[in-house]
Amino acid sequence: MMLLLFLLPLAAAGLAFVMPSNRWRPWVLPVTGLAHMVVAGWVLAQGDQWALDRWIAVDPLSRLFIGFISVLFFVCSLYAPAYLRLRTERDNRVLCGCLLLALAMMSLVTLAHHLGLMWVAMEATTLATAPCIYFNHNPRSLEATWKYLVIGSVGIALALLGSFFLAYSMVQAGSESTLLVDELVRQSHKLSPSWLHAAFVLLLIGYGTKMGLAPMHTWKPDAYGEAPGLVGALLAGGLTSCAFLCVLRFYHLAHIAHDDQYLHGMLIFMGLLSMGAAALFMSNQRDIKRLLAYSSVEHMGMLVFGMGVGGAAAAGSLLHVVHNGLCKAALFLAAANIHRAYGTSAADQIQGVLKRVPWSGWLMLISFFAITGSPLFGPFVSEYQILCGAFATGHAVSGALFFVLLLLVFWGIGNTLIRCSLGPAESGEHAAGANEYRDNLPMVIPVVICVLLVFVLGVYTPPFLSTGVANALQFLQQIPDR
Amino acid sequence: MSNLLLDPGLVIALLLNFYILTVTSLKEVIYAVALQGALLGLLYPVAHTGFSMADRAGSLDAVTGVRLLGLTVAIVAIKGWLIPRFLLRAMRVADVRSSLTSTIGVIPPLLMGGIGTALAIVFARSLPMAEQHVSHLPIPAALATAVCGFLVLCTRREALGQVLGYIVLENGIFIFGLLLIEAVPIMVELGIVLDLFVGVFVMGIIFNHVSRAFPEASVEHLSNLKE
Repeated sequence: MMLLLFLLPLAAAGLAFVMPSNRWRPWVLPVTGLAHMVVAGWVLAQGDQWALDRWIAVDPLSRLFIGFISVLFFVCSLYAPAYLRLRTERDNRVLCGCLLLALAMMSLVTLAHHLGLMWVAMEATTLATAPCIYFNHNPRSLEATWKYLVIGSVGIALALLGSFFLAYSMVQAGSESTLLVDELVRQSHKLSPSWLHAAFVLLLIGYGTKMGLAPMHTWKPDAYGEAPGLVGALLAGGLTSCAFLCVLRFYHLAHIAHDDQYLHGMLIFMGLLSMGAAALFMSNQRDIKRLLAYSSVEHMGMLVFGMGVGGAAAAGSLLHVVHNGLCKAALFLAAANIHRAYGTSAADQIQGVLKRVPWSGWLMLISFFAITGSPLFGPFVSEYQILCGAFATGHAVSGALFFVLLLLVFWGIGNTLIRCSLGPAESGEHAAGANEYRDNLPMVIPVVICVLLVFVLGVYTPPFLSTGVANALQFLQQIPDR
Repeated sequence: MSNLLLDPGLVIALLLNFYILTVTSLKEVIYAVALQGALLGLLYPVAHTGFSMADRAGSLDAVTGVRLLGLTVAIVAIKGWLIPRFLLRAMRVADVRSSLTSTIGVIPPLLMGGIGTALAIVFARSLPMAEQHVSHLPIPAALATAVCGFLVLCTRREALGQVLGYIVLENGIFIFGLLLIEAVPIMVELGIVLDLFVGVFVMGIIFNHVSRAFPEASVEHLSNLKE
């Protein structure tokens, strides 16, 4: 059954590639998303499982990620049929097939317990999502796709070298080399510190590139800015979270190998650097989709910062994966509707969103308050937890910096989004009848669902989520039997 | 026996790095990268018998032998024939200029390659090596090849030049993988090589679009997206 999580979207991708109807093909996405969610629910109810000689497994960490990715994909996929009905001028075969392929590979990343298999799946997500970024077939999307492919591939190649270093540290310790996570964890006390350090640097750079951590984030604003909103939502919410999971696998190893001080320092530094870079570029950003891309850089920084701090902050980071993913989906889908209404995502040509597309405008505004950590929304809970965790563990300077950067980011995003939201509806160069798009229910409902979920998670954390986070954290810190 | 073959093979791979860094003819660079890929494919069974079987004083059983042969053929075919053939075809179809240009001239990349190789050797020496690997070249050769690949990727103006740099970088990682025959099972090795092929394939398709959109398919034209 566990294998179905990977095989089902793979088969659906095959179906999407052979299906002749451009009109009905997008429906394969929500149908597969729903089936994937049902299978994920069933698998999660079964407890820990292993298959294929422990190459793939459901452990507390994968439970958290597979459940979240399944829900995120389903909600985003609801947007696809209505969106692609507006894009009849373009063949959607590659987009639908590749998105399903990406779901299959993201599922495999969450289940993989062999570092080689995990790497193959992660690299495959790059290859599956690259054609989606090129959906608009214009010079800008071409440039974005090229940069995404080259930077992503080089980053992930370094991650492979890091994985090999890790396996070699076993050889150096006189054990048989392996890339099986369970085996590495069991023998981690024997691993050579020099090789471990070198491995972690490469792995953090490699998978950090996929996460979009600064300074390896340069592909992100271009890719998110030029990709359709649906693709941006899945990249910012799902794919980057999978890359974070890869980082967590190595975090686990470092913790068990008692080498975590070194890694913690690196994570805090990378986290603050990413938040700082995002705050800097957001302050003068004139494109709303690129603005959201920098917001993604910032939140990836928060995730690694929380893990670097450890303790309660680490639990906050794990929770923030869910909150950030849902918020990003809402933001990117709402931004896509606004982009459609104005024919541009340039902020200086967008005014009066609340009047022109009120549903998308209000949802965008609410999501802005949510993602910047305003009370009553999910991200507030997790960001507050990270901040408190930083002060509680004696990281006062880092915690203060974290707080200041949050304020700067609030100002940076708010400055642009609030200006776009207000004002007369028909002013602006492109606004005067650039196209006739107005809010429609099928393209607003997925955004409403995301915003509602973010709101609910802000006032109430359901027991299955709090237990899931607690189990995942305990799993990361547990010393195995040797 | 295997050590006698492995080290000279890796020296040839290192010399090919310098050739790739200096040559400006696109075709010659593709042939050099193909030769390096095929050579590394042939070194795969050499390393396997050298590091894995001989250390255990065992011999290859029939099943392992067939698997090893199959994987060697697959690696040589993909790295030495399929990928270069695809790149040559992309070059022909796109009708791009047959020479590669560097953003920093011809001599500086060679010098940087030399310095990178020296640093790779020094860095490799600073890391503790397993007893059976101290006298071998794979670790420094892997790091030096990865550095050279990265240099090609960063300094070539043309999109196809960047793809070639990426392949050389992957070749460096492949050399390191020669030390980990047991850790990297055949399925994963195949997966990595297939990912490389599909990666180059997708890059090739995008390259065709780049060459149609911009003359010379130079990445210097890909600079519209910036802050």
